[in-house]
Amino acid sequence: MTDFRTDTPIHIPNPDAPTPLEAARLTGGARPEDIESLRLQAAIYVYEAPVRIWHWVNAATITVLIITGYLIGSPPPTMEIAEATDQFLFGYIRFAHFAAGMILTVAFAARIYWAFVGNRHARQLFYIPFWRVRWWKELIFEARWYAFLEAEPKKYIGHNPLAHFAMFTFITLGMTFMIITGFALYAEGAGQDSIYYALFGWVIEMVSNTQRLHTLHHLGMWAITIFAIIHIYAALREDIMSRQSMLTTIVSGWRTFKDNRVE
Amino acid sequence: MAQIETFYDVMRRQGITRRSFMKYCSLTASALGLGPAFVPKIAHAMETKPRTPVIWINGLECTCCSESFIRGAHPLAKDVVLSMISLDYSHVLMAAAGKHALDAMEEAIDAHRGNYILAVEGNPPLNEDGMFCFQGGKPFVEKLRHVAKDAKAIISWGSCASYGCVQAAAPNPTRATPVHKVITDKPIIKVPGCPPIAEVMTGVITYMLTFDRLPPLDRQGRPAMFYSQRIHDKCYRRPHFDAGQFVEQWDDDYARKGYCLYKVGCKGPTTYNACSTVRWNEGVSFPIQSGHGCIGCSEDGFWDQGSFYDRLTTIRQFGVEATADQIGLAATGVVGAGIAAHIAASALKRAQKKTDDNRSKEEV
Repeated sequence: MTDFRTDTPIHIPNPDAPTPLEAARLTGGARPEDIESLRLQAAIYVYEAPVRIWHWVNAATITVLIITGYLIGSPPPTMEIAEATDQFLFGYIRFAHFAAGMILTVAFAARIYWAFVGNRHARQLFYIPFWRVRWWKELIFEARWYAFLEAEPKKYIGHNPLAHFAMFTFITLGMTFMIITGFALYAEGAGQDSIYYALFGWVIEMVSNTQRLHTLHHLGMWAITIFAIIHIYAALREDIMSRQSMLTTIVSGWRTFKDNRVE
Repeated sequence: MAQIETFYDVMRRQGITRRSFMKYCSLTASALGLGPAFVPKIAHAMETKPRTPVIWINGLECTCCSESFIRGAHPLAKDVVLSMISLDYSHVLMAAAGKHALDAMEEAIDAHRGNYILAVEGNPPLNEDGMFCFQGGKPFVEKLRHVAKDAKAIISWGSCASYGCVQAAAPNPTRATPVHKVITDKPIIKVPGCPPIAEVMTGVITYMLTFDRLPPLDRQGRPAMFYSQRIHDKCYRRPHFDAGQFVEQWDDDYARKGYCLYKVGCKGPTTYNACSTVRWNEGVSFPIQSGHGCIGCSEDGFWDQGSFYDRLTTIRQFGVEATADQIGLAATGVVGAGIAAHIAASALKRAQKKTDDNRSKEEV
């Protein structure tokens, strides 16, 4: 029955194909109203593969970093599995923290590279249009949506201004802070002859007493924990309540919209 | 003024044998991490060089640096170390007092202008025009500036002179200020510690004497040979740290077994000093070996890093006193509760919207 023209997009009503998706209709999955809904669908490729991979590498390493980081500040109860020489429990916790930190840093460097060569959405994370009044107005609009003062959010292809602001603050600035303070702390163990000390010794010089650096790094951990909680909640909520896709977008890269209104 | 005696002259005069003198030189060489080839160089320097004139002044302090210094560990210390330098003024150790002592200081400044080393123990308080430390009818800060003007270099003995120590602890009512923030135009060697280890103090002086220059300093201006590694890096309890075997509370079984003191607040991981290698009292012990955590006494602001017995620093900002964990947990709790409330509100709003939509559809 496929003698009609198939090169016309499904979004355009096509008298030649009054009943598209024939196979899906066999499963009961494509009723006329489903076809109508499908005609509304528009999708745009937003997050390229390197951005998505980076996101999930970040999610994994940050999870490891938060758990091991907390344990480094408050170690687990003493365990006497073996002689101290043969037991390396706290050493492994610290190793996991350092290893995850190294991976996170390399991934972040790769992400910065991708900001230059990737699509325009890959650059959004690294700047905020600070001097654009309109951008701040839209940020307030989005905040009002979260405060239930707006009936409906606006459609965005990349991050909305509020999300953009949070990403920039916690990821771009926050993670940079954690990488710098983290490597300065690592430089302490690596020693003053190490490349880490050569690169990050100035941080130690700035805080003078590295106990302060531990405290700052520790507070940073909590800031990122709070960001992660809000981020996951906002992504879930937006996926349900906003006008565009969220969760699938960071898996497949495609942003879809639930309505076809222009504004 | 007569020719200043060499170190060797002074030692011999005090009845020290050549054999003991050579022992001292080799001990000093090894304390400074120098090879055996440097032993004759040190001996030569001490035999030929005039003693370094030193003016030792005391500001706001407790004299623990002087006390430590006069307990230099090896046998020759009590005879040699005080004679090694030409200690021209030190109101703690000198016999003279009052006007005579101050005259001696002026005399020393005149005689060795630009050549003496200024050793500062303690620091000047700057509030109320420096009235909190008064010597010879003048605020100490004026004495410090006066003596520093013609000094070749300054040694900041101890944490007071280097960082401020207890008198500079928050809220620092007298505005006790470390030496390098008052004197900015002279080379300054910081030898922090409360007090510094005696061998570290004598080692620094011996180095300057032997090589006629300042010892290599780290980024914070401390002699690198004593302050480039943490207590933690050379701690003999480190294997227990890596194993995750900690003293949980004082006097528990783990404390008796000599496990790591990290959980009971040891500041070894953030303290740069030579305690775990040089040790104290002729190498007998150091705090961790005696079962007590390092309190970080050679670090900047160590009084303000919370309890000596907590791993996590208490943060005192905005009137709260809490560790990073307590602040973080509280903030996470608030955010979590906020999200829970937001979820409920979102669901209600959505339900309400659906009802409205249905009603408007029915009306249509």
